[in-house]
Amino acid sequence: MSFVLTEDQEMLRETATAFARDELSIAHLRAMRDAGANGKDSATRQKLAELGFFGVIIPDEPGAETFGMAGLGQILEAQGRTVAATPLLQTALIAASTLQLGGSAAQQAAWLPKIAAGEKTFALALDESAHFSPYNVSTEAERNGQGYTINGLKKYVPDAHHADMLIVVARTFGEAGDRHGLSLFLVPADAKGVSIAELKTVDSHGAAHVTFDGVNVPESALIGPADEGADILDPVLDRAAIGLAAEMLGSSQAAFDMTLEYLNTRKQFGQLIGSFQSLQHRAAKMFVDLEMTRSCVMAALSAVDEGKADIAELASLAKARAGELVHLVSNECVQMHGGIGMTDAAEPGFYMKRARVQEALYGSASWHRDRYARLGGY
Amino acid sequence: MAYDNAEQLEEFRLAARKWLEENCPPSMRTPMLDDEIVWGGRNATFKNPDSKVWLDRMGEKGWTAPEWPKEYGGGGLSRGEARVLEQEMRRIKARPPLFSFGLWMFGPALLEFGNYEQKLRFIPDIVKGKIRWCQGYSEPGAGSDLADLQTRCEDKGDHYLINGQKVWTSYADKADWIFCLVRTDTSVKHEGISFILFDMKSPGVEARPIQLISGESPFCETFFTDVKVPKDQLVGRLNGGWDIAKRLLQFERSSISAGGFGGTGGSGILGPEDYAKQHVGTDEAGRIADGDMRGRITDHKMYVKAFSLTVQRQAEQAKAGQAVGHTASILKYAAAKMNQDRHELLIESLGTEGLGWEGEGFDRGAKKATRQWLRSKGNSIEGGTSEINLNVVAKRVLGLKEHQ
Ligand SMILES: Cc1cc2nc3c(=O)[nH]c(=O)nc-3n(C[C@H](O)[C@H](O)[C@H](O)COP(=O)(O)OP(=O)(O)OC[C@H]3O[C@@H](n4cnc5c(N)ncnc54)[C@H](O)[C@@H]3O)c2cc1C
Repeated sequence: MSFVLTEDQEMLRETATAFARDELSIAHLRAMRDAGANGKDSATRQKLAELGFFGVIIPDEPGAETFGMAGLGQILEAQGRTVAATPLLQTALIAASTLQLGGSAAQQAAWLPKIAAGEKTFALALDESAHFSPYNVSTEAERNGQGYTINGLKKYVPDAHHADMLIVVARTFGEAGDRHGLSLFLVPADAKGVSIAELKTVDSHGAAHVTFDGVNVPESALIGPADEGADILDPVLDRAAIGLAAEMLGSSQAAFDMTLEYLNTRKQFGQLIGSFQSLQHRAAKMFVDLEMTRSCVMAALSAVDEGKADIAELASLAKARAGELVHLVSNECVQMHGGIGMTDAAEPGFYMKRARVQEALYGSASWHRDRYARLGGY
Repeated sequence: MAYDNAEQLEEFRLAARKWLEENCPPSMRTPMLDDEIVWGGRNATFKNPDSKVWLDRMGEKGWTAPEWPKEYGGGGLSRGEARVLEQEMRRIKARPPLFSFGLWMFGPALLEFGNYEQKLRFIPDIVKGKIRWCQGYSEPGAGSDLADLQTRCEDKGDHYLINGQKVWTSYADKADWIFCLVRTDTSVKHEGISFILFDMKSPGVEARPIQLISGESPFCETFFTDVKVPKDQLVGRLNGGWDIAKRLLQFERSSISAGGFGGTGGSGILGPEDYAKQHVGTDEAGRIADGDMRGRITDHKMYVKAFSLTVQRQAEQAKAGQAVGHTASILKYAAAKMNQDRHELLIESLGTEGLGWEGEGFDRGAKKATRQWLRSKGNSIEGGTSEINLNVVAKRVLGLKEHQ
């Protein structure tokens, strides 16, 4: 387990933090929101591509070193600090991991360079109801002569409203709830029969419901073996949860820093409000939780890079603890800002809104607690 | 300082493993029973004779204090070697050979602030567990506001004369020596405190045990009436004791959180998840039947894991030269919460089985859990209360200002 970044990862962290601060600030998100962009931001995508952020876990040539998950985690943490809307989690992490873990040599050769270059972005179409439940899939992919025909509805798919490609989890066998019988498919977002209904979401990042109505894909669209997609999906979802936990850590840290600054500037009763002990103790407790969550996130990121056996446990630990932290800190951020915290003109609300989305994606704290207990045998 | 390379560490690992194999008695590789804990001292008790053998061998080697200088009887190991030793001891489930305030807090402070003669005189006995120390900090009037202490210490030319009272002095009735804060100047607060050592057998010293809510009485009220102390037992400068006191508190907080309070690891006490399975029952899937309790137990177990990862992270960062300020207060606060939550959950998981006090009809481990639940309430008080530690974090780490 490594809790200390390498020099390269440290530099990446600095670049990512500076970039988020200068170009992806909350002011930027606000401007995009007010312009009705709903998370679609091709200029940012272009800049991310130029910085090489899409290819952080993709080796330049087979076997070459990368910044690894720990490196990607730094970028996600930085974007969490400013609640930035980017396709990095879906594309640089989820799609790249799916292809690396399950894709054929041909699929990897075709797609990984395009991901790394930021030419194509992806979205994982998984959930079909309001709660994360990865095997609860009814969307069907039926074999036809040359490939498969997909029918079904995927709900609240992040980035689907501006992705080029979809990774679709569909059922080729069994019924909703079965682990066996899932298969993964690569489907162009503009394929015939795919309709994308854009959603306006509380965090201003947007998302989409995606309907598959007789969508035909060739055999070559299948990622990994048919029916055993869960073997790829599970580790991908662990990584997604870890990456998102890194983002949540960033959001929490930034909301905390903002709160601390306010405590040290706002005066009431002739005193800095930060000198009131009831607020000092709440701030100190948040800081303890922040430190503990940071340890969990770093441990989980490095466990992926080191191929450790306990990635699933650490993923659940990181996501659950980050989930609790981000609500605690974002709620306190609004509260300690007093009335100003309730206004749209101030920044605390952005963290609170995004926190709910972060929590719901890839397993809530409850979901991960349940799994942590199951993995622990109780 | 010499840097370890991987090869040297591996060599050390093999040597340590071999030595432990040959020197750690088999009965010292079993879970520690409470009444077999070794505190050392002039009147040391060894319920299990092997525990004396184990202490003597480890003490001789300096491995009770692996990183202390060889010159004073310590192990002289590098941080890396000490870690390897710890891993190797854990591998064979070796018991800690010695529990000691000397090792955990007084020794480290003396190594920093004591003069050469004092180190030579006191440190080797700490390493070997020959002298048992107690901590004379708190007084009836001065607890959290430690610097408000009143115990007087007067310069009588060839000796010091001490009068006053301490309270909460853990194991004062069993200790051989005390490290004690005394007032040597009444006109100022922090700058009028000195740090002094003396033998508990000195005329005028009296320790009376206090009983706790857990029924135990490891604490004492300690009275000093005209206690004469030789002048070479003052540590540091006259009136310069406050810096030593604070530093020692950091060691105390770190050792409390590292050892998870007493560090006995709960011999005979299962985890809350085990007790819940036994006494609450399980569903068809083998999960704890009460979903709410299962959730809270899980939450706690996640906290424990997060805590241990944080301890590990702090250690790695410190090793990499990334300073982490006032870690001791952060971890002390978290460790207290963690240990108290654990005992609340244990009692709750045990149900009526957790209500025993003494005698027959209750399982030994369950009775112990009940006592420890009560004892754990002290975790947020001893070594600085949780409130005081949060004050430290707020002011020193987060930079929040004092009330004007
Ligand atoms: C199990 C145990 C073992 C101990 N062992 C030893 C020992 O070996 N040697 C020794 O010298 N002492 C020992 N102590 C004493 C311990 O250090 C003191 O009890 C502790 O420092 C608190 O002091 P107090 O009891 O006087 O409480 P008080 O200081 O009177 O505090 C009462 C309450 O007020 C709160 N409070 C006080 N000041 C503030 C503030 N500024 N802001 C917010 N809240 C505040 C406290 O947090 C606490 O909740 C031990 C105590 C216990 C319980």
